[in-house]
Amino acid sequence: MSVQTWTIILVALTFALYIGIAIWARAGSTKEFYVAGGGVPPIMNGMATAADWMSAASFISMAGLISFMGYDGAVFLMGWTGGYVLLALLLAPYLRKFGKFTVPDFIGDRYYSNTARTVAVICAIIVSFTYVAGQMRGVGVVFSRFLEMPVNWGVVVGMVIVFFYAVLGGMKGITYTQVAQYCVLIFAFMVPAIFISIAMAGNVIPQIGFIGTAEDGTYLLDKLDQLHRDLGFNEYTSGSKSMIDVFAITFALMVGTAGLPHVIVRFFTVPKVADARKSAGWALIFIAILYTTAPAIAVFARTNLINTVSNEQYSAMPEWFKKWEGTGLIKYEDKNNDGIIQYVADKDVNELTIDRDIMVLANPEIAKLPNWVIALVAAGGLAAALSTAAGLLLVISTAISHDLIKKQIKPDISEKGELRWARIGALIAVLVAGYFGINPPGFVAAVVALAFGLAAASFFPAIVLGVFDKRMNKEGAVSGMIVGIILMLFYMIKYKLGGFGGGTPEDWWFGISPEGFGTVAMAVNLVVSVVVSRLTSAPPQEVQELVEDIRIPRGAGDAHAH
Amino acid sequence: MSGKNLKEYWKKNIITVVILLSIWFLVSYVFGIFMVDTMNNVKIGGAKLGFWFAQQGSIYVFVVLIFVYIWRMNKLDEEYDVNE
Repeated sequence: MSVQTWTIILVALTFALYIGIAIWARAGSTKEFYVAGGGVPPIMNGMATAADWMSAASFISMAGLISFMGYDGAVFLMGWTGGYVLLALLLAPYLRKFGKFTVPDFIGDRYYSNTARTVAVICAIIVSFTYVAGQMRGVGVVFSRFLEMPVNWGVVVGMVIVFFYAVLGGMKGITYTQVAQYCVLIFAFMVPAIFISIAMAGNVIPQIGFIGTAEDGTYLLDKLDQLHRDLGFNEYTSGSKSMIDVFAITFALMVGTAGLPHVIVRFFTVPKVADARKSAGWALIFIAILYTTAPAIAVFARTNLINTVSNEQYSAMPEWFKKWEGTGLIKYEDKNNDGIIQYVADKDVNELTIDRDIMVLANPEIAKLPNWVIALVAAGGLAAALSTAAGLLLVISTAISHDLIKKQIKPDISEKGELRWARIGALIAVLVAGYFGINPPGFVAAVVALAFGLAAASFFPAIVLGVFDKRMNKEGAVSGMIVGIILMLFYMIKYKLGGFGGGTPEDWWFGISPEGFGTVAMAVNLVVSVVVSRLTSAPPQEVQELVEDIRIPRGAGDAHAH
Repeated sequence: MSGKNLKEYWKKNIITVVILLSIWFLVSYVFGIFMVDTMNNVKIGGAKLGFWFAQQGSIYVFVVLIFVYIWRMNKLDEEYDVNE
């Protein structure tokens, strides 16, 4: 069977599965819609969190990105895993004990103020929308590359599927589809990885193949460093970013991960505080499987690519080369008309440009794997994009129905009315996300990575201080969040989008890139919060008691009274 | 539970968190970034150690840290009778 037939079969099967689960897991109450009834077992929640977390970017782009960045790729590997340690140790158990539905819920109650709640709602919506647009686009791209369907129709199909299970099932539907999506995506990621590891390093386990030897007995990494030196690239195992910037980006990604509302809210869905800790552990295991395999794929694919193309006849290129050339992801320009591919660091001589996404998408073809494996990658990419999109849409819909309508505009709304608003919220969110997927504004690609900076600069300090600093009051937290997010937005607009006079990398403060600036903005938020809180009056007695209460695990099961 | 015990429980919790986060900082930021060149003088298989910590080792340690935390907190919860 052809790749296309296999792709249609696998995509149809997985979609049928997701819809089936959605019908089975319909939400009947707001508690089911917001937090899946609070009864999700920790392992399942770990899988759902992993799928929620790993987006189209993790699945499709990350391994390729690392293979072009070498050592510097570590900012993503450490940054997007280390945040789970912060989540487990500093946030998840306490937020679970607090026991309500959303992050703005916590901020609003802990800081006894609807201003704080509204600031949190706005931050949650900004962060989630920048992120979700990229996901819908990812769905469209996978459809167009594997099924030769126009990108826009791919986005529409993705919208219909997500709409169906997010609107019908809420968090309950999303949770169980995410469990299925995790299984699909990890299988789709690992099968080609294992095949390639066997081919390149003679080892079934990619993580061991990574530090192992090639057929000729030399270490793969030494070989790749040598290839890089020969072609004039930076050594693969040393980076080109400055140390301070590597530090700042890694830290911003870690703290941002811990501050992302769609990740945090997953820890509200388990029955007990101990389960919240456990699910963070499971989530990181499930994520680590992909994240420790990606750098191995990066090395295998990079070595393979250089060996296949460098100084070879263009006419002798394998079939996949021509096929991906057709999609524009590989570009060859014979500058010296010798018919041989010169792939080197020097831009004037280099004749080959390769899109980073190709490393995962074309890997199975490069390694000559069977057609069904190639099709599997399409199903996996869709699973990764859809699961993340659904999680984000839920945050947006909850922010509208719960944090704005129920908590502020119409507190006497009935359970049924609130549930209806949650569904309307999800519908609006799907439509807006789809619109941005079809008409991606230029800034989306540039700011997706910065969603982490925004989350780091706004939520993280407010939540951590809310738990660990009993003296923290609303004046401190609100001014910290506002200063943090405005500073981050300012830096982002100035150095990423050219506003406020723009600037070049030479002008970066402390040599820190916009991607890493979340670290600075978070630190500023922290300092402002602490200073302001000490100059203003202590929080009321009942809030101090609330803090005492969330610090001990007992009693989380029945802490849902509104 | 009396107030004194609660204070003690919280203090032990903080100590646990501080120790685990120090290790978290050490394996990622110190081994993988600040001291990467020094660490790279040692090799683990075909990988320079600093590079390996940055792309593999730190992630393994993160997983272990969370499970140590789970184990330690479950014990503390039981000891101070605040478990569920």
